[in-house]
Amino acid sequence: MASNDKLMAEKKEENRYYKWLASMIIPVLAVITGLAVGALFMLAIGRDPVQAYIVLFNSAFGSLNGFAETLVNTTPLIFTGLAVAFAFRTGLFNIGGDGQFLIGYIASTWFGYFFQLPLFIHLPLALLGGMIAAGLWGGFAGLLKAKLGVHEVITTIMMNYIALYFVSYLTGGPLKASGFMPATPKIADTAKLMRLLPFGRLNAGFIVALVAAYIVYYILWKTTLGYEIRAVGLNPDAAEYGGIKAARNMILAMFISGCLAGLAGVTQSLGLEFRAYQPFGFIGYGFTGIAVALLGKNHPAGVVLGAFLFGILQRGSMLMQSIADVPKEVIEIIQAIIILFVAAEYLFTLLSNKIKKYRKEAADAN
Amino acid sequence: MLINNIISLLNTSLRMAAPLILAALGGVFSERSGVINIALEGIMLISAFMAMAGSYLTGNPWFGVLTAVFFGGLVAAVHAFVSIHLKANQVVSGTAINIFAAGVTSFMLRVMFESAGQSPSVTKVKDWTLPVINDIPILGDILGKHTPFVYISLVLVVFSYWLLFKTPFGLRVRSVGEHPAAADSVGINVYKIRYIAVIMSGLFAGLAGASLSIGLLDLFVENMTSGRGFIALAAMIFGKWTPQGALLAALLFGFADALQMLAQTMGLSFIPRQFLLMAPYILTILALAGVIGSANPPAADGESYEKE
Repeated sequence: MASNDKLMAEKKEENRYYKWLASMIIPVLAVITGLAVGALFMLAIGRDPVQAYIVLFNSAFGSLNGFAETLVNTTPLIFTGLAVAFAFRTGLFNIGGDGQFLIGYIASTWFGYFFQLPLFIHLPLALLGGMIAAGLWGGFAGLLKAKLGVHEVITTIMMNYIALYFVSYLTGGPLKASGFMPATPKIADTAKLMRLLPFGRLNAGFIVALVAAYIVYYILWKTTLGYEIRAVGLNPDAAEYGGIKAARNMILAMFISGCLAGLAGVTQSLGLEFRAYQPFGFIGYGFTGIAVALLGKNHPAGVVLGAFLFGILQRGSMLMQSIADVPKEVIEIIQAIIILFVAAEYLFTLLSNKIKKYRKEAADAN
Repeated sequence: MLINNIISLLNTSLRMAAPLILAALGGVFSERSGVINIALEGIMLISAFMAMAGSYLTGNPWFGVLTAVFFGGLVAAVHAFVSIHLKANQVVSGTAINIFAAGVTSFMLRVMFESAGQSPSVTKVKDWTLPVINDIPILGDILGKHTPFVYISLVLVVFSYWLLFKTPFGLRVRSVGEHPAAADSVGINVYKIRYIAVIMSGLFAGLAGASLSIGLLDLFVENMTSGRGFIALAAMIFGKWTPQGALLAALLFGFADALQMLAQTMGLSFIPRQFLLMAPYILTILALAGVIGSANPPAADGESYEKE
């Protein structure tokens, strides 16, 4: 009897292991397919994909400086990836990361240059100020969804462009520093995120991103709020029936999601640029965040890994262009293929059903 | 002076509205059949490039238009396959296509012309002059002479209205968008209708893309749609998912755009141009929130359908 229990436990352990392994298959296949399609594009124009991918690899792992710069590229993607993943867990699609990025960018910059305060007050104020402004921007979409049933995909797309033109107006008008360039004044030294290495641009923003990933993990799996958010995401009606206020959780989730995407903009200003420049379009961190979240299966640890992968691609694309003569846009093609592949997960269900059916028929025939 | 400004304002509104009308009509077909199509932006971008390429390679802009429409349909077919057959999240699929479009057009631009930013000038589609109407004062100045896309878009509004509301095919499209299970039970092939509707939306968005690169301009500029696909989406919503509503909304948004351009060329700054640029988006959110009328999407919009 006892040995039987032990066997069961072992089998359970084995199952968990297989489940974990299975959950890794699709992201890994997606990345391989993405790189393969990228290679096809390179071959089509007569470039050497092997050389290009070696350049890509070396750009991230060839030197400490390269590795540090890759982490700089990874930082905003961790934030926007977490933002998308967190909203997904509530069953909401935050496609507004780019707008929330800009709101966090401009608001933290304003807090950074408008006040003269000691560092231990000024830096947190600028960080939190930018973060909360972006949170409110995102939360508004949650409010419209919860109270009026307006689809958050549409509102967040629309609010991206409103944010773009609004920040463009601010940086070219009321918040513009004197001089020719359309940009805000520079922030005070007390609002800057400290550099982590004696060289390069890697700064404390990366640490903030890792902390944010842990906090998201903690909220989702260790708190009542997280439990409620996940319950609403799985089945809003059932959650409501069980006494969970779906509306309140939607608003809160979009607020937190906005905060996370906003932090990408906050660290862009406080850690890298030290002022806000007039935007002419979206950098696209919000959209890349969707790829990161999908690849990371909406889990904070997966998001960090996914963001690192895209960080490598983004940083390496420049070198790929200059050394291997491959247009840097090939990484956008790779990214799109990865998203499509992960999104079309159903393909594998179809395939495995077909294989099962085929095997069964074969077995029956025997 | 004032009357001339007003005439030129209305003329420009119509010119700027044409791509929006075309893409919004595409959106109407796709979403009426129950498939969200935020890929309009990307499809327009690819088609804008293909229209330029077609005209560049043959010297015939109408061949460019055909190329654009063909690729519009092709990309939409990918969206249809992934959303309908593979039951992927339609917004995710659309996002992937938008990212792909941005990447592939810039990639091709570098490969074909070894340049970043923009293509060389190509032959654009020649303006049409309407007989009789062009001779009427004022009306002739507004409507008489335009890029063909303006007239095509207006004709297609009428055609789409007829197709969607006066034919059995339109009824089928609307029924699979509202209640696919019910449509299925009376023998309508849900997948087939959705495929046709989504591919149609690509053909329309393809025309819209061509109207940018070889209608409004005579070259392709990197990321030249700059959100027009999303404004078209907004026009579709603001127009309550109907062709005639989309027309009016697109005209309104085109007017905001024209006003912004006029203010800029005249050096007027009574209202920051950014506020005019964001007007379409704000109006759409207000419409969705029920502040201006009410906007309700088709009941099964965005849901994939599993055959029993």
